[in-house]
Amino acid sequence: MSTSTRTPNATSTGTGANPWRWRVVDIVVAAVLGVAVGLLFWGWNVVGGAWFGAADAVTPGLGGVAVGIWLIGGVIGGLVIRKPGAALVVEVVAAIVSMLIGNVWGVSTVLSGLVQGLGAELIFALFLYRRFGLGVAALAGVGAGVAAWVFELFYGGSPNILKSLEFNTIYLVCVAVSGAILAGVVGWLLVRALAKTGALSRFAAGRELAREV
Amino acid sequence: MTDATPARVQAAGWGWRYAGRKRPAVSDVSFAIEPGERVLLLGASGAGKSTMLAGLAGVLGDADEGERTGSLLIDGAAPESRRGQAGLVMQDPDAGIVLSKVGDDVAFGCENLGIPASDIPARVAEALEAVGLEVPLRRPTEALSGGQKQRLVLAGVLAMRPGLLLLDEPTANLDPEGVAEVRASVERVVDATGATLIVVEHRTPVWVGLMTRVIVLAADGGLLADGSPAQVFAEHGPALADAGVWVPDQPLELPVLPAAPDAAESVLSATGLAIARTSRTVVRSGLDVRVPRGNATVITGPNGVGKSTLALTLAGLIPEQDGEVVAASPLAGRGGRRPFRWTSRELLTRIGTVFQEPEHQFLTQTLHDELSVGPKALGWDAARTASVVDALLERLHLSDLALANPFTLSGGQKRRLSVATVLAASPEVIVLDEPTFGQDRRGWIELVALLQEEIASGTSVVAVTHDAGVIRHLGGHRIVLEQAS
Amino acid sequence: MSTGVEIEEKVRGAWLDGVNPVTKLVLALLLSVPLFASIDVVSGLVAIGLQLLCLPLTGLRWGTVLKRLLPLVIFAPVAGLSMLLYAEPAGRIYWSFGFATISEDSVSLAIAVSLRVLALGLPTILLFGRTDPTELADALAQVAKLPSRFVLGVLAGTRMLGLFLDDWRTMGLARRARGVGDRGALRRFFSMAFVLLVFAVRRGTKLAMAMEARGFGSGIQRTWSRPSQLHARDGVALLGGAVIMALALAAAVALGTFRFVWS
Repeated sequence: MSTSTRTPNATSTGTGANPWRWRVVDIVVAAVLGVAVGLLFWGWNVVGGAWFGAADAVTPGLGGVAVGIWLIGGVIGGLVIRKPGAALVVEVVAAIVSMLIGNVWGVSTVLSGLVQGLGAELIFALFLYRRFGLGVAALAGVGAGVAAWVFELFYGGSPNILKSLEFNTIYLVCVAVSGAILAGVVGWLLVRALAKTGALSRFAAGRELAREV
Repeated sequence: MTDATPARVQAAGWGWRYAGRKRPAVSDVSFAIEPGERVLLLGASGAGKSTMLAGLAGVLGDADEGERTGSLLIDGAAPESRRGQAGLVMQDPDAGIVLSKVGDDVAFGCENLGIPASDIPARVAEALEAVGLEVPLRRPTEALSGGQKQRLVLAGVLAMRPGLLLLDEPTANLDPEGVAEVRASVERVVDATGATLIVVEHRTPVWVGLMTRVIVLAADGGLLADGSPAQVFAEHGPALADAGVWVPDQPLELPVLPAAPDAAESVLSATGLAIARTSRTVVRSGLDVRVPRGNATVITGPNGVGKSTLALTLAGLIPEQDGEVVAASPLAGRGGRRPFRWTSRELLTRIGTVFQEPEHQFLTQTLHDELSVGPKALGWDAARTASVVDALLERLHLSDLALANPFTLSGGQKRRLSVATVLAASPEVIVLDEPTFGQDRRGWIELVALLQEEIASGTSVVAVTHDAGVIRHLGGHRIVLEQAS
Repeated sequence: MSTGVEIEEKVRGAWLDGVNPVTKLVLALLLSVPLFASIDVVSGLVAIGLQLLCLPLTGLRWGTVLKRLLPLVIFAPVAGLSMLLYAEPAGRIYWSFGFATISEDSVSLAIAVSLRVLALGLPTILLFGRTDPTELADALAQVAKLPSRFVLGVLAGTRMLGLFLDDWRTMGLARRARGVGDRGALRRFFSMAFVLLVFAVRRGTKLAMAMEARGFGSGIQRTWSRPSQLHARDGVALLGGAVIMALALAAAVALGTFRFVWS
């Protein structure tokens, strides 16, 4: 939908030609979304942190089920802003904010946010930043989840490569499914509902819904 | 302040249509504004005033975001190429402040325009003095009051030495003190620099003394009027008042309710009450308050004195720090007579609360569902719910928006919706926090009339407000909170 | 009068305040990533100890640091739990049930991991306890040469955090008032999260408009009223960080507890 258009009078923002260039509103909204999502992460930490520990003790790797929410930043960023790097920026800002408000992982949070954001970003890039439907959103969630799994294999507080194969396989499946649903589907629904409020009128995500209605 | 050359603005058949909308927001607007003129821009809600100012500031976006027609020139060039020559101040001060310290924020515009770093401190000092904001440069911007924040935004704009000042409802969210501060600052600035001024405001009595010209945008394109204030108000006074503008000398046709009789029984009361937002900072203590039944109780006082906190405490949402809020016995719930002890469902039918920002209360995707939330929580069946909802929609003139998304409504409609959601459960007491904030004349009249209706039918109304008109027309009992010494 | 890298007004000027924020970022990474190489108790302990020795340099008070460390201390055992139960079994096996196996190896790994949670969290607390976000942004744009549009755009956006916290609290009260405050905490969370996102997008859009109206992002070469530079102190700080890491890992090797993570 956002094909490159030629502007009659070249504006000093120079955004007319390149649909992949970030406007100021893209940058600021990505940042603010990151802050809001980071706040939600911190709130969810209370719920999810406990679930993680408990689920892990009961069955190995099942703690991965709660991970999905932490991947939602990338999906939302990619779906709203729709430009290269959006998923990455939102997830990283969210990670930084949730770290600063006070979570336990320190710098690892930002590193894992980076990796997770990249995972989602890769999926959006694969589709050339042109497809943003439910399927792509779910895939982006899976992408972020798998990236997180790989990262935690080697880094993080307790590298999983030292744990058994069963643990890691179960964890991978859980994280992928959680990413697809809690990040992908929920993220897609959230963005759609956002568009219906009219708040996204300066973004393609908002305008395409307006045409449908 | 030197160097700011007042700008000349010329519009010829200018229009803008946002991408994705069928009808243009503004169309066929033509005028010529001479340097140094002071223009009041009026029009009904939706006539495109904010769009006009955004266009003048050059921030409407590129071809992806909408379509332009005609031409709009500031000193002969397109606004987009003249960023920094037009300074924009918007309604919401929090969205206009960029950095977290006063000095940094004022310097922001200068930095963007490439002013040499050595010149910036002087400009910052100049701008802060021009608006009369005497706070240290290191003061955190969060700590400023509403009026101070708007003046800070104005200073940030002035530091760029613009030839054109654009103010979009700058005082809408301010208390009377803040309004006076901003108004005085603007007058000072315009007198000192002679910059061209365009103001959008529906609170005209405050500004009309400063203006030399009034332009009225018509809702369906073009201009309704363009001339001196006296002329425009004389010709179009009543039409403008109907459209929501507070035109000077247009009387309000609303009754003035009398003061509450001392003998009226209290539906809520508290003695030795201490209130706080969080358990650490007690805002007020030793308060003796009562809410008489079937009357309005108006809570007034200066900014920050604890009015909202008191209202929310009386409404049973915030715990009392000391003393207890006691409800009249017919209202008692299973937990007793203290509202804070009631469950959420019990609270619904006893005390309804309307928050300052209606969107904090919205839960669903359509108006119809929104109004059904209360009834559903109470377990009413579908038929009863439907009849109550339909009646409310009728009463508040929202019927044709039954399926719209609450977040897409205008400010006045959102306010009416949030009041309607409270009325759905027919509570005994309604608590409202600044109900007329940001309302134009029409919304204001509808709301006050609605409250008067409720009072007449026996509901007790508690309203926190700055608005002298509300205080006058609701009568009843007054709780005046003074600055703690 | 205008702000600079020198901070006159902070309660007690600290050595670390004179270090450029970009250097602090590199330091934070420097003090964390090498620890990933080995999971053992010694390297974690030495790293924590040496860093705590540097506390006077940061200008933070013991009370503040301990308070911020508390959530870490509480959470560390939880992290260790997973390692305790599911690490590849080695050494004596103490207990086994289903997939879970507690072995000698997993116990020592669990302890090391719990310690590492502390060692990884500590640098952030020490380094960024007193950093001003604006200063950080200035440094990122001027020293690290990141695009100023991005850095400042993100900085402006992050100012909204305080507002969101207020919004969250008010929404909680509003839901109680509307009769839905008794049950369904999860549903409430999602409904409040949604409204928060609406506010986020709206505020962001308005802020972007205000920034653009003040000439932001317009392609003019911008100037900086708060210059950010590197000084000799930055080199000293980096050197210090490298020394701490070297000592920690060396201690582990010397005491024979070094255990490469991929072994």
